[in-house]
Amino acid sequence: MSNQIDTAQDSNHFQTKANLHTQGFAGDGSGTADKGEAATAPGGSLRENGGVDCIDPNRLDFLEQAQRSAGGSSLATSLLAQPPELEVVNITKQFGTMFALDSVSMSLKPGTFHALLGENGAGKSTLVKCIMGFYAPTSGEVLIDKQICQIASPRDAHRYGIGMVYQHFTSVPAMTVAENLVLSRFDSSNLINWKLEHEQLSAFMQTAPFQIPLDVPVAQLAAGQKQKLEILKQLYLKSRILILDEPTSVLTPKEADEVLGLLQAEVQTGWLSVLMISHKFREVTAFADEVTVLRKGKLAGHGLVKELSIQDMAEMMMGEKREPQQVEKVAPSALAPILQLKDLHANKDNGLEAVAGVNLTIYSGEIVGIAGISGNGQRELVEVLAGQRQATSGQVLVNGEIYRATRAEMFRHQIFSLPEEPLRNACVPNMSVAENLALRTFDRPPQAKGGWLLIHRVIRQMAQALVTRFSIKTPSVDTPVGNLSGGNVQRTVLARELSSERIKLLIAANPCFGLDFAAVEYIHGQIVAARNRGVAVLLVSEDLDELLKLSDRIVVISGGRFVYESVTTNADFAAISQSMAGH
Amino acid sequence: MLNHYHWRGTLEAVCIPIAAIFFSLVLFGIFCALAGADPLGVYASIYKAAFGSWFSFQNTLIRASPLMLTSLCTALPAQLGLMIIGNEGAFVIGGIGAVAVGLAISSAPPTVVQLAMAISGIVCGGLWIGAVGALRYYRAVNETISSLLLNYVAIALLNHLVSGPMRDPSSLNKPSTYPIPALDMLGSIPGTRVHYGLIYGLIACAITYFLMRRTTFGFAARTIGGNIRAARIAGLPVGKLTVAICFLAGSCAGLAGMVEVAAVQGRANESLNANYGYAGILVAFVARYNPLAASLVAVLLGGILASGGILQRLHSLPDATILVFQGLVFLVVLYSESLYGRFRVFQDQSTVRRPPSVPYVPRPTSL
Repeated sequence: MSNQIDTAQDSNHFQTKANLHTQGFAGDGSGTADKGEAATAPGGSLRENGGVDCIDPNRLDFLEQAQRSAGGSSLATSLLAQPPELEVVNITKQFGTMFALDSVSMSLKPGTFHALLGENGAGKSTLVKCIMGFYAPTSGEVLIDKQICQIASPRDAHRYGIGMVYQHFTSVPAMTVAENLVLSRFDSSNLINWKLEHEQLSAFMQTAPFQIPLDVPVAQLAAGQKQKLEILKQLYLKSRILILDEPTSVLTPKEADEVLGLLQAEVQTGWLSVLMISHKFREVTAFADEVTVLRKGKLAGHGLVKELSIQDMAEMMMGEKREPQQVEKVAPSALAPILQLKDLHANKDNGLEAVAGVNLTIYSGEIVGIAGISGNGQRELVEVLAGQRQATSGQVLVNGEIYRATRAEMFRHQIFSLPEEPLRNACVPNMSVAENLALRTFDRPPQAKGGWLLIHRVIRQMAQALVTRFSIKTPSVDTPVGNLSGGNVQRTVLARELSSERIKLLIAANPCFGLDFAAVEYIHGQIVAARNRGVAVLLVSEDLDELLKLSDRIVVISGGRFVYESVTTNADFAAISQSMAGH
Repeated sequence: MLNHYHWRGTLEAVCIPIAAIFFSLVLFGIFCALAGADPLGVYASIYKAAFGSWFSFQNTLIRASPLMLTSLCTALPAQLGLMIIGNEGAFVIGGIGAVAVGLAISSAPPTVVQLAMAISGIVCGGLWIGAVGALRYYRAVNETISSLLLNYVAIALLNHLVSGPMRDPSSLNKPSTYPIPALDMLGSIPGTRVHYGLIYGLIACAITYFLMRRTTFGFAARTIGGNIRAARIAGLPVGKLTVAICFLAGSCAGLAGMVEVAAVQGRANESLNANYGYAGILVAFVARYNPLAASLVAVLLGGILASGGILQRLHSLPDATILVFQGLVFLVVLYSESLYGRFRVFQDQSTVRRPPSVPYVPRPTSL
C-alpha cells in the first residue's frame, strides 16, 4: 500500500509544480503550449480515465495513515490533539553571493495566528519556501515538535500537516472546482468514484467557512473566488499548519474580514495554526496573535500583536519611522470629458454577459474609482478599455472620437494602462526588461528609425534611465522580465505606463495588488500626481480603502451594472457596502 | 539579443540540439547493426558522402538550399507561438506556381522568366500558409492541424494538375508538366555545381534573422508570441501580423519549391514531393527556430540526407534507411525539448528561475 501512496503523491506533486510553472506563461491559447501545460496533461487524463465506479474503502484513512507513518508515533499522537509546533532555527538561504535569508529564527506555537511582515524582498517568501521544501536552506533547521525534519518537497511538508496557499493561483483553470479539490489530494487512488466524491465534497462544502459552486470551471471564477478555493483546498487536505502568502490581496475588505475571521475562529478552537504573510497592518492587528518581522533577509523583530503598535511594526519593517503620505490634490482647472462609455456591453469568456450596459464619463484631472466585489464585470470592462476584449455593443469615446484600442489611437490620445496581474497582462516574460519597457515606444523615434529599424542602443539607454528612475531591481536591462520578482515586474510596467509626459488617460486595475507598503504609497503618489497634471484616471480596485483615499468620484459595479455613484467626499460607506453586495 | 548575461542560455540552446543529433546517430548505429551493417562503417560512409570531398560537399549544399528555405516556414511562425508544419504543401504549391508562370511567359527574356517564377512561387506559397494564419486568427482553427492537412491537399492538387490540365502528353510513365526551357533554368554559382538556390536560402535566412531581431515588425511579432495579452494592451494588430508572418513563412517554402523546379527538376511532377518540407521542420526544430542557426543545421542535415545512396551501394541497406535516421532525429530532438532548464551547468548560478529580490541597485531615499 505504501507504494500506492507514493505513486499518487508523485503524480500530484508533479501536477502542482507543472501548474505553478504555467502561471506566468499562460497566453490565451494561441501561444505555444509550454512545457508546463504539456506536463499537466498526463496527470489530468490519468484521473479522468479513472472515472470508473470503484471505491477504495481505505481511502478516507489514507491521509492520516500517511501522516502517521511519516511523522513517527509522537507526531501522530500530537496530531490528534493540537497542531504541531513549527520552529525554524538560524535558517540561511544564499542565492549566489546574495543572502535572501540570514540566520532567521522564528517559532509558530500550536494554535496561534502568526503574521509574517516585511517589505518586498525582505525574505518572507524565501522563508516559507524553505519551510515548504521548495528551497533547501543553505544552513539552519526546520523543527517540528522539537524534532529536526528534512523537508525536501511540498509533499513532505504535507506529511507533517503543513499546507500553503500561494500568492499565485495553483488550480487547473480548465477543470472544475470539484476536480481541482480531488486533484489536490495527495492520497487519491487511480480510480475515482465521482458520485461518492461529489457527496463528500458537498458535505465538506456545507461545513466549510465559505462556499464555492463545485461544478464551475476554475477559469470562470473571479480572483477572489480563486483565492477562497486555494484556502478551501488546504482545509480539505486537513492541513494543520496553514501558511498563507498574502491571502487577502484579491478580496474585498469585507470578504477579507470574513475569511480571516473564520480562520481565526478555527485557530481559536486549537485545531489550526496559521502563518500569514501580509503587508496590511489592519489585518495583523485585527487577527494575528503574534508577529515576526523581516527586513532585508534578517529578523527585524517579533512579539505579541497586542503589545505592539502599528508604528512599532512599521518601524521594524522599514527600519525607521514613516508616516503614511497624505495625498495632496489640487483643484482641477478646466474640465473636459476624456473618456465616455455609452451603453457598453461585453461578455465573459464563456459567452455570458459580464458588462450589462454601462454609461460613464470621466473628465480630465479626475480619478473615478470603480468599486465592486471581484467577478462583477470589472475585469471585462478593463479588458475592453485596454484592448484585450471586444465589446459586444455600445461605444467607447475618447476625446469625443470612437475608440477601438488600436495602437495608433492609443498613441494619439496617449492612453496608458496598469492592468492587474502585470506579468500575465502587460509583460512578455521571455523578453528583456529593456524590450518590455519599450513596448509602447519601440516603433517611434528615437527607438526606431524610419518606423521599422530598431535602434537597440537607444532602447537600452532609455530602459537604463527608467530602471534608475523607478528603482527597478534587475541585474541588467537584458534580463528577461520573467526572472524579476513580482514587485519589480510591477515597477517595470509602472515605469513604462507612467513615464510619458503627455499621458491623458490612465486605466488602472488593482495597481497595488500584492505590493508592500512603500510601493503602494509610491504608486498612489504617482496616480495622484498624474491626476493633478490633468490626466483622467479610471481606477478599478478591490481595495475600498484605496478607492476612498484616491478617487474623486466613486462608482460601484454589481452584476455588470453601475449601481451607485457619488462624489467620494460625500460617499456613504454603508450605501457603498450594500450596493457592492447587490442590495 | 545576444549578450553576456544570457551566455549560459545560449550555450544550452547550442549544446542540447547537438547532443540530440549525436544521440540519434548512436541510435541509428544500433539500428544499422541490427540490420546487419557495420555501424562505424556506416558513420564513415555518411561522413564521406556528406563532407568527405568537395564533390560530395557540393551535393550536400544542393540539398541544403531548399532545407534552409523550408525550415523558415516553421521557424518564422514559431516566433508568434504558432506551430506550422505545412512546409511540404507550400513547397509543392510554390513549385506548381513557378512552373505555371514559367511556361506561360516562356517567350520573355530568361531573367524576366526567372524573376516571374520566383515571385509566383513566393506568392503561391505565401497565400497557402497565409490562409493557415487567417484560419487560426479569424476562425480559431488549429494551425498545426490545418497546415498538416493542407499538405495533402497540395499533393493531391499537384497530382491532379500534372496528370490532367497541365500534363505534357509526351510524359508517359511519369506524368509531368511541360519542361521549362533550358534557357530559363536557374544556373549554377560559377565554379561549382551548386545552383543559385543556395544563395537564395542564405539570403532568406539572413533577412529573416534581421527582420525578427532588428525591425519593429519582428519586435511586434515576438511580443505577440511571448504574450498575446500584453501585445493587445500595446495595441499591436495581432491579426494582421499573424497573417503577414504566415505569408512570409509560406513564401519561403514556396521559393524553395520554385528553386527545386527551376534549378533541379525542370518540370513539376510527383518527385517534387521529395520530403524537403518535412526535413525543413526538422531543421527548424534543431535550430531552435533561429534562422541563422537554421542555415548551418540545413547543411548538416542536408549532408546526412545526401548519403542515402551510398548506404545502399556500400552497406546493402535500403535507400530509405536514411529516413529512419531522419525519424530518429525528430524523436530525439522533440524529447530533448524537455531537457531545457534541467542542467545546472546552464543555469545562471546567481539568478536561478526566480531570483530573490535582494537589492541589486541601492534603493534611493525618495522611496
